[in-house]
Amino acid sequence: MRDVSLSENLAENQICVIIGASHAGVNCAFALRKEGWEGKILLIDSDSELPYHRPPLSKTYLHSAEALGQNLLKSPESYSIENIQLLLGIRALKIDRKAQKVQLDNGIWQAYDKLVLATGARAMIPSIRGLSEAKHVYPLRTAADVNGIRDKISKNPSQEVVIIGGGYIGLETAASLRKLGAKVTVLERECRVLARVTAPEMSSFFESLHAANGVSIHCNKQVISIAEDGEKVQVICEDGSSFPADMLVLGVGIQVNSELASAAGLQIENGIRVDETSCTNDPNIYAIGDCTDHFNPHYKRYLRLECVQNAVDQAKIAAGAICGKDVFYDAIPWFWSDQYEVKLQLVGLSAGYDEAVLRKESELVFSIWYFRGNELLAVDVVNSAKAYVWGTKFIKCGEPIDKEKLKNPEIELKSIGR
Amino acid sequence: MAKITFITSDEQRITVEGFSGSVMALAVENGIKGIDGDCGGVCSCATCHVHVAPEDVSKTGEASEIETDMLELDDHADQYSRLSCQLQISEVLDGVVLRVAK
Repeated sequence: MRDVSLSENLAENQICVIIGASHAGVNCAFALRKEGWEGKILLIDSDSELPYHRPPLSKTYLHSAEALGQNLLKSPESYSIENIQLLLGIRALKIDRKAQKVQLDNGIWQAYDKLVLATGARAMIPSIRGLSEAKHVYPLRTAADVNGIRDKISKNPSQEVVIIGGGYIGLETAASLRKLGAKVTVLERECRVLARVTAPEMSSFFESLHAANGVSIHCNKQVISIAEDGEKVQVICEDGSSFPADMLVLGVGIQVNSELASAAGLQIENGIRVDETSCTNDPNIYAIGDCTDHFNPHYKRYLRLECVQNAVDQAKIAAGAICGKDVFYDAIPWFWSDQYEVKLQLVGLSAGYDEAVLRKESELVFSIWYFRGNELLAVDVVNSAKAYVWGTKFIKCGEPIDKEKLKNPEIELKSIGR
Repeated sequence: MAKITFITSDEQRITVEGFSGSVMALAVENGIKGIDGDCGGVCSCATCHVHVAPEDVSKTGEASEIETDMLELDDHADQYSRLSCQLQISEVLDGVVLRVAK
């Protein structure tokens, strides 16, 4: 009897500190309670806003007048109901692994039994001459960034905006700003938009879609400097071309927030290296979400992913592992992007594909299926949830696909197996 | 205004009032367990799955094509399944009972 109460007391006295309160950190905190963690949970973030959904920032949040409060990950009361202590606007400065303490910028050294790093990433600021001095430059990663863009655009909705980078963030931002009436130019360094993440057919589709909506997309444009031009700036490219802008939005990727982990001597590869339970090389420190370099058993390689799916899945795995459950990460990544009336859904990872099979139902409804030999690696889908769902199922089960049947939109997807 | 009742997997019945927005957002706002809404309500993740009480199907209406397709990702889906991000709150929904899917 005495032993039981003693162990309960111990459990209650344990402290789990989570650094980073976005998708990964917040989901981990709630998952810890679900898994039976009885101790304290401290959820810390340097962002002073209540934790919010990040994907809508470049989409509906940017072009609608909705308040951030409509985009919260959890209601304010949920944290107190689950006894999760939120410390917002506070930065973690240093980890002392030996003493199991984290130094915070409010002067406190916070002790922990388990530490979860959900530090995510920050917008990459490219090294372009004149960029740091230029006015009206906005990265797009946080609610504060987007609030800045919303304020600026509200002063003159038809202003000229140049977006550097034709990836998801750049293109979603272009679509949202067009909706508000801005004159939008996208400058992409590669020969096509979405070059890093999708097949040429998909890039062409999105280039045409944006052109039809009045966005001017220029590929093969390496921006080399920003020059002041009265109230505007001139965005100058390597080939001598230049583009005037009232506002400049940066969508050139992210930098992993791994400095805290690195300074503490944790293993860093392409992010914070974690095992299949999301544990780092310190058994009391876990890492989850965009900041991790983790092994994907399906694709049999280490990956770093910037997506909600990975953040949420790793959050749940780490919470289970911390509570002593026998769990390990084994997920097929998925992503989505909404631009204009087009819904793009992606499942799996296409890297290493040798054949892309197009299944076209109509101009606005199609999917691209990526194979390596006969193995289906990934599917990119435009406006066809059915293809997304069947793609997911085929990737998971590994059943071989008859590619000729797949190409034929008259044949139902459930019948494309061989 | 609509009063909506959720039944969670641990058999708790929770009735909440909503005025506008989606049922998923209302559930998240009220901390209804099992409704995550990971994608923020854009019909992309299928983590806000509910089963509508059979007698309330006339109030909620039928799932759209994309919603029906997305529901196929969930082995627990049945003829009463809906993604609650696609249910817009209005007086029509007053009194509906939704069981949170496993």
